[in-house]
Amino acid sequence: MIARLSAGLAAPVLAALCLLTAPVFAQGAKPTDPQIAHIAYTAGQLDIDAAKQALEKSKNKEVRDFAQDMVRDHTEVNKQALALVTKLNVKPEDNDTSRALTKQAAAKRGELSKLSGAAFDKAYVANEVAYHKTVNGALESTLIPSANNAELKSLLQTGLKIFQGHQQHAEHVAADVK
Amino acid sequence: MKPGRISLAAFVALGLLSVPVQAETIQVIVDKLVFAPVDVNAKVGDTVEWVNKDAFAHTATATNGDWNVTLAPKQNGQLVLKKPGTTDYFCKFHPNMKGRVIVVP
Repeated sequence: MIARLSAGLAAPVLAALCLLTAPVFAQGAKPTDPQIAHIAYTAGQLDIDAAKQALEKSKNKEVRDFAQDMVRDHTEVNKQALALVTKLNVKPEDNDTSRALTKQAAAKRGELSKLSGAAFDKAYVANEVAYHKTVNGALESTLIPSANNAELKSLLQTGLKIFQGHQQHAEHVAADVK
Repeated sequence: MKPGRISLAAFVALGLLSVPVQAETIQVIVDKLVFAPVDVNAKVGDTVEWVNKDAFAHTATATNGDWNVTLAPKQNGQLVLKKPGTTDYFCKFHPNMKGRVIVVP
């Protein structure tokens, strides 16, 4: 019962992230601000890690430029997020969603590490499109509506605009590396 | 009839006609991934100045490839409008950011 309750807390986010074909849990469980902050920060850091892998492996200028944009933007968003949680005295709290995101990203990194050249470029960019789509969906449907603190909500909203931009940018690059 | 007055009026009228219309600088504020105003109405010779208030790098890139202005974080970028026409533009890094420059002769 306890396990079920704690799983229920993160379930709406997980469902939104399409990571689980999980059973539908009772309505009403929302992530808390410390959990939201952790999820948003983790999502950004994972995209930075993916970009660093691309910068190590890719020789395609457009792909490398895109990866550099990801490092630059996500670093800045996370810098703002850290400054905000420090100001608000909120301690980001690890949770099932953050752990699932991290696990999935590690699996993808392993998959991509076996590829090279155009195959790597294509797979990296395709994953960037899918990843941003997933995170944006979670931001829109769960994280932003669940955020209590107005400043956190505002930062998430700016983040959503940036990540929607990244998704479109990734779609352009994907069309070019086909 | 006071000749002085007529010649003054004529002088003013001629003066206005002979002085070219002053080129203006029109500012576009870039804040939280929005170009404001979205539409810029300008004349040939005017300058558009983008004021990037974001801590993120942006660009103002013409969709027709005519121009590309890089906007570093918290920095401004300028473009002198050289020809009439309507040009849509966007940010290369965040293509969901869009604007338009409408230039009359």
